[in-house]
Amino acid sequence: MSADLLYSDVENDLRAAVRGLLADRCAPADVLARCEDDEPYDAALWRTLAREVGVAGLLVPEKLGGQGASAREAAVVLEELGSFVAPVPFLGSAVLATTALLAAGTTEADAAVAGLAEGERTAALAVPLPSAPGAEVFAGLRADADGVLGGRVTSVADATAADVLIVPATGPDGPGLYEVRTDAPGVALSVPVPLDLTRPIADVAFDGAAARRIAGPATAAAAVERALLTGAGLLASEQLGLAQRCLDETVAYLKERHQFGRVVGSFQSLKHRLADLWLEIVQARAAARNAADALARDSADAPVAIAVAQAFCAPVAVRAAEECVQLHGGIGMTWEHPAHLRLKRAKADEIALGTPGRHRAALAALVELPAAG
Amino acid sequence: MTVTPEELRERVRALLASHDPAATGRLDFLRARFDAGLAWVHYPQGLGGLGAPRALQGVVDAELAAVAAPDNEPRRIGIGLGMAAPTVLRYGTEEQKTRFLRPLWTGEEVWCQLFSEPGAGSDLAGLRTRAVRDGDDWIVTGQKVWTSNAHNARWAILIARTDPDVPKHQGITYFVCDMTAPGVEVRPLRQITGEAEFNEVFLTDVRIPDAHRLGEVGDGWRVAQTTLMNERVAIGGTALPREGGMIGTVAATWRERPELRTPDLHDRLLRLWVEAEVTRLTGERLRQQLALGAPGPEGSGMKLAFASLNQRISGLEVELLGEDGLRYGDWTMTRPEIVDFYGRDAGYRYLRAKGNSIEGGTSEILRNIISERVLGLPSEPRTDKDVPWKDLPR
Ligand SMILES: Cc1cc2nc3c(=O)[nH]c(=O)nc-3n(C[C@H](O)[C@H](O)[C@H](O)COP(=O)(O)OP(=O)(O)OC[C@H]3O[C@@H](n4cnc5c(N)ncnc54)[C@H](O)[C@@H]3O)c2cc1C
Repeated sequence: MSADLLYSDVENDLRAAVRGLLADRCAPADVLARCEDDEPYDAALWRTLAREVGVAGLLVPEKLGGQGASAREAAVVLEELGSFVAPVPFLGSAVLATTALLAAGTTEADAAVAGLAEGERTAALAVPLPSAPGAEVFAGLRADADGVLGGRVTSVADATAADVLIVPATGPDGPGLYEVRTDAPGVALSVPVPLDLTRPIADVAFDGAAARRIAGPATAAAAVERALLTGAGLLASEQLGLAQRCLDETVAYLKERHQFGRVVGSFQSLKHRLADLWLEIVQARAAARNAADALARDSADAPVAIAVAQAFCAPVAVRAAEECVQLHGGIGMTWEHPAHLRLKRAKADEIALGTPGRHRAALAALVELPAAG
Repeated sequence: MTVTPEELRERVRALLASHDPAATGRLDFLRARFDAGLAWVHYPQGLGGLGAPRALQGVVDAELAAVAAPDNEPRRIGIGLGMAAPTVLRYGTEEQKTRFLRPLWTGEEVWCQLFSEPGAGSDLAGLRTRAVRDGDDWIVTGQKVWTSNAHNARWAILIARTDPDVPKHQGITYFVCDMTAPGVEVRPLRQITGEAEFNEVFLTDVRIPDAHRLGEVGDGWRVAQTTLMNERVAIGGTALPREGGMIGTVAATWRERPELRTPDLHDRLLRLWVEAEVTRLTGERLRQQLALGAPGPEGSGMKLAFASLNQRISGLEVELLGEDGLRYGDWTMTRPEIVDFYGRDAGYRYLRAKGNSIEGGTSEILRNIISERVLGLPSEPRTDKDVPWKDLPR
């Protein structure tokens, strides 16, 4: 079966609901104000999104309290969240942690995921945000037979918004997934100043933290891999949404701004740049939809679709954000204007879940185009 | 009327029963297929179609391919199928449609496009070929250029100036020109590839009956838009498998010849592979939109994407080949019937692909179109729009 690259009516309705809410509650000035606050996340917005719109449980089957939707719907939500650079822990909790728990497949993991789906709790998957699919993430953390954790993991996205951490660690019998509360004794979060102000990261040190093992060697490694693949594939939709917004705002501005007695948007050098950017975004949409659809269908082609989408969409988002700054002129360089929030998110997203180069390297193996030598 | 895929299969079975391809001459089979409404199912009944959704053509093509029935060699008659036919369908009279569409589709009559002139390329509306009314005829004089396949063509779609006293877009009329008529002279123009796919065409007092006019007098620019839109949609409109197109050729060389590999080429190959795959998916998405009857603005981007991609892939291929890249298959001047990217060497692909960003509207013009029609940005200030054509500076 070939991929369905369009948006269904249900997906369009979901988009409209999320967009309406974000337009109301997530205006650029709101996001900006929060950035330098002690509360970078908008917990109230997240509660509404999670519980009322039901986005927290999109990937979770109905029998576990979720919406029983798929990666396709999650992708549409990410397009909107990317467009607004919304400071909510959807990627960390509803995508990465949730996918890992679902793929772990144990009763303990199912119980944990139910709480996330209902928006009662928020989780983060304790892996460095730059981890690409295939990354080794179990080596740095140890767990003893009682589930006591030791070690350190850096740059965990959405950890500061999380009630619990889902921690990949090496136990006495091999890789396992552990659940521990972020406020448990022996868990210390330190928060570096993040490049991306709207998706903070945290370094987490575990020193004798008592955790609960929720998956063992049978499924833990595959569960984390599934989470990284899903995260990378869906991040393409966030990048798409962000890029489209950058283009829309830039075009709108250039239709109004006058210099040399004409609308700046009538200068051909700018029109051609924007036409090229538009085309890249059209292409990015096909790539992102393809990755989401491959994930939703659990297609054997998903690794290729995801590597292609990440290798393509990450640079498109960066370029769109960079063009947005440049084509706004001086105002684009100001803290007041929201262009920098998108630039920072786009640049951080380029590193997140595998750089484009890493995805191309993965692709080389997947499609048998071996490196030199 | 709505046709189901099953009914189409039934019609194909009936066609094959009455005209067994193994026992029927090629042309007779194609004519019978046309008459059965299975040529292009989205065309009206009686004109080779059934008024069915375009997306259902694939059902017919698959059934016929399965029994190796002869096709109409679409690559030989691309201008007819892709540009002349939709224009005749939209603007032609009943007689014109009946006269032209059947032999066009079967390939009995090849078509070419007499649009560009030495002084009017991107600014096509500035054309100076004149058509003057004389009784029931028009007398046409002028020069056309870059006319692909004129040397094989029986008919041409032609635009000419019928009124020099009004602004340039208003004084143009659209005709069907008989390429065998007295006064039509076709001379080959040799290309950078060595061969002559295109020609210059001199028109000297060529008589065209008014019955061969398409659309109203003075409305030729609007009629031509149908042709040009279809030209751009035709490019990139066919489904490709992964690694279909030029990227597959380079990928095969990469796999077969490890001694050519370098880290730099590897990185560039992977970037292009990603872009080719994404562009393929973009075309697929476009087709899915079309199948729902909701074409997106994506269409205008496909030609731009393919031109750039083909040029960069073929450039990489020549470089990858190293010493072999120094050699070229054949510079002999020939006048081919089709453009075949794959039957020839990398050097040919590299050179021929240069035309992809010029033919059918240059990439610069396509960027203008996207920025104005899709993004809604204003046009550059213009000085040529409201001036009578005869008074334009040149
Ligand atoms: C292989 C091939 C096959 C062809 N086959 C046919 C055919 O069968 N029938 C037919 O009628 N024509 C045919 N053409 C002609 C083709 O449509 C024209 O060459 C094309 O439209 C460009 O016109 P031009 O050559 O006059 O270039 P010009 O219009 O003179 O352009 C010169 C350069 O200026 C740029 N330019 C022009 N105007 C602008 C602008 N407003 N903004 C920015 N840049 C601009 C162009 O992009 C180009 O780079 C063919 C061309 C090729 C290469």
